[in-house]
Amino acid sequence: MQKANDLKEYREELRESLDNDFLRTTLDNFAVAYRAGRANAFKGMDVRGLIDDIAASKDEAGRNSEALFQEFKENAEAAGVHVHFAKDGDEANAIITRIAKDAGCRKIVKSKSMTAEETLLNHDLEDAGLEVTETDLGEWIIQLRHEGPSHMVMPAIHLSRFQVGDLFTKVTGSKQDAEIEKLVKVARRELRQKYVEADMGISGANFAVAETGGIGLVTNEGNARLVTTLPRVHVALMGIDKLVPKLHDALRILKALPRNATGQQITSYVTWITGANECLAAEDGKKEIHFVVLDNGRSELLKDPLFSQVNRCVRCGACANVCPVYRLVGGHKMGHIYIGAIGLILTYFFHGKDKAKNLVQNCINCEACKDVCAGGIDLPRLIKEIHARIQDEDGHPLPSFLLAKVLKNRKLFHTLLRAAKWGQKPMAEKDGFIRHLPMIFSKEHSFRALPTIAETPFRDWWKENRPEVKKPKYRVALFSGCVQDFVYPEQMQAAVDVFAANGVAMEFPMDQSCCGLPVQMMGETKASRDVAAQNLRAFEPNAYDYIITLCASCAAHLKHNYPKLVMDKPALKLKADAFAAKVMDYSTFVNDVLKVEKDAFRETGEKATYHAPCHLCRGLDVHDAPRRLIEKGGMAYVECAEEEVCCGFGGTFSMKFPELSAELLNKKLNNVEETGAQTLLTDCPGCIMQLRGGLKARGSKVKVKHVAEILSANRK
Amino acid sequence: MSSKETLCQKFKEKAELVSAFVTEIDSEDAALKYVIELCDKKEACQLLASGCEADLSDDAGALCDAKQTKVIAAPGLNKEIYKKLAAKAKKSGFDCIDSGMRDHLAGIDIGFTYAEYGIADTGTLMLDCPGEEMRLATMISEYHVCVLPKSKIRANTYAVEKMMLTRMKKTPDYLAFITGASRTADIERVLALGVHGPLELHILLLEDN
Repeated sequence: MQKANDLKEYREELRESLDNDFLRTTLDNFAVAYRAGRANAFKGMDVRGLIDDIAASKDEAGRNSEALFQEFKENAEAAGVHVHFAKDGDEANAIITRIAKDAGCRKIVKSKSMTAEETLLNHDLEDAGLEVTETDLGEWIIQLRHEGPSHMVMPAIHLSRFQVGDLFTKVTGSKQDAEIEKLVKVARRELRQKYVEADMGISGANFAVAETGGIGLVTNEGNARLVTTLPRVHVALMGIDKLVPKLHDALRILKALPRNATGQQITSYVTWITGANECLAAEDGKKEIHFVVLDNGRSELLKDPLFSQVNRCVRCGACANVCPVYRLVGGHKMGHIYIGAIGLILTYFFHGKDKAKNLVQNCINCEACKDVCAGGIDLPRLIKEIHARIQDEDGHPLPSFLLAKVLKNRKLFHTLLRAAKWGQKPMAEKDGFIRHLPMIFSKEHSFRALPTIAETPFRDWWKENRPEVKKPKYRVALFSGCVQDFVYPEQMQAAVDVFAANGVAMEFPMDQSCCGLPVQMMGETKASRDVAAQNLRAFEPNAYDYIITLCASCAAHLKHNYPKLVMDKPALKLKADAFAAKVMDYSTFVNDVLKVEKDAFRETGEKATYHAPCHLCRGLDVHDAPRRLIEKGGMAYVECAEEEVCCGFGGTFSMKFPELSAELLNKKLNNVEETGAQTLLTDCPGCIMQLRGGLKARGSKVKVKHVAEILSANRK
Repeated sequence: MSSKETLCQKFKEKAELVSAFVTEIDSEDAALKYVIELCDKKEACQLLASGCEADLSDDAGALCDAKQTKVIAAPGLNKEIYKKLAAKAKKSGFDCIDSGMRDHLAGIDIGFTYAEYGIADTGTLMLDCPGEEMRLATMISEYHVCVLPKSKIRANTYAVEKMMLTRMKKTPDYLAFITGASRTADIERVLALGVHGPLELHILLLEDN
């Protein structure tokens, strides 16, 4: 559970997790195995189509949740089940405690339920004098250790076999080996005894099917079948988000849930319970069944135009499985009860601002979670929005407030950048890096060298050197972003060179400024909107065929977020739509539109590997173009392990969490060096800054370049 | 290959991927023979596979001691087949029961059942078990042996949706999809079979032309 009071304490907690080698290794192995397992499980299926269908069906269920609940209740009651509605966690716990008391129950066996974790049900039951035993192996382990789950599907993933062995030695009173196979058998037999004694079973539900009034449970161990069969009373606790209209909706989710959660095609057991079943331990031979349906803020969420999509979550935990930050620090640091990307969001709504305020800052915005989500939830966007809401309520921290102020005023921003060029003089080295980090950086930032501001920004160079292209094939506007304008103008110049040679006429609107992603990342929504409006005014989209940017982050932000940011201004929204439709990244433009050919470039045959920027591969779904260009540009492309995993830059993220950024970078650079390539190419100046700085700090010989630079250098 | 054979092949392949043992048989007698032989081959201490050698707390240990002979549970069979099985079991020295599963919660050796449907694309058995005895037989047994007539194999869950709905609407109902043995990966993500339910799942594909 999340305990830190402020960001400083939170960073200390993160530090502790980073130092836990066991956890790091387990999560690393899992991350790699999971990707392969998932791909295999979905092989030959239309995954996107399935996700879209699930999203549509869950959205519809969310809109009709009240009617669905009524239908579910009527059908369940007609089949002899008692149905209760609980507005919050306390009420749900009170209802369940009362059921236990009324039925004279003393011992309870539970099968895994995230909803019961959410309401902290066990505490209330134990306070009422009831004995509660978790029967899911992972849940039992963490219950015995008095911990919360560290993963939605694998709650005890943070523990080693040795820790479990010691724990079971205590529980059984006899020495247990740390052999997993044996430990599992010990649990089997210890827990079998608990089932025998229990008079009440508590489960969750993965589906609440309105048309039948029944529930569906998805498990691997089979404990849910015993929990719902042996004791004479059964209580199922479920959120209203589990309501689906038809059995068909549940079967559809079942296609995605296990595949996305663990890479299984289906779990060992899927159990469908409809009505009060036979129970030979009950006096009348019928089980007493209660369904407790929990709201706890969910219906408020459903009314929110943006956050209603949270209802699509099927609790597969995949967002944690692919999150590079979760992979470093584990569950207890990436969520309060619910973990991973969805955990950051649910923590805010279910457990409050104080529990969420630090967590939401720990998203690097790499979009891996959005890409994998079984419900197609735009998780990174929702996390940023919560960050912004919390800042609006609690006040904005000084750095983000200042950055917002500066970015809203392009002239001031550019003047400051130009001034920085002079300010850095005493620290600048000839190789383009700053020698000593300025005072505002703590020593945690020394994992990478920082570049100096360029002598001449691109905008000044452009004024003197803009090429004249006669009879152009295309007219494009260039969007440089601040880093290429003021730090790496040579990347823009390389693009201009290839464009001019291929009959592309170019404009560089001078009033353009930073794309605004950094302030958006810092939760400064207002500034982010102002900056978007400023840039939209600087461009006349109808005058160009394309708007090209060499920065993947800018491209994704311009394309996907601008129309959303100016949604409330109809005239600007029209312009933003036209603008967004024309935005294209460099590699796609050169490979797919200009269709450059191999024979236009010198063949050097030099080995080059690639780093796929998050906002290119996931943000824009571009995978093939840059790799094709590397080959066409005369180099020999060698694939790098985990090529589409984040490099740890994340813009302002690397300033806020340097330890995490350093670790992500470290992994990336190890993979790069393992390829044996001397050149590392990519499509984003932010990534270049991170990768180059890291390689410099390591003393590596590997050169980092933008794809545009090698095409220009090798052009015949 | 006929479409039935293709489905059958797919079912077999998928079930074996999740460590089920699949055997093709041509008669119900062959199924009974399989069960008796399997029970015979099992270790003499019936619960060995589920951890008899491990030291347990006193209560859990006592539960285990309650069990003396090998037990085959076969609730829900038609009378004639059950009679045949019971006779064969007796001859081999095993108990055969079709009720009273609650007296055997320490575990039974084999649960023997018939599936209603098979789902090819995941190698899944569909068993409707509103009766408690049937449910327990498939849960507390160390080995679950299930007969699946080949004619009952369907392509995917959508193809059994109507049948499921019919059953669910005739409440109460307790319906199970069973795919492979009980499993967990909760300790260090290492796969271990038989955590609460059966340690092994044996599927007998019955030719029923």
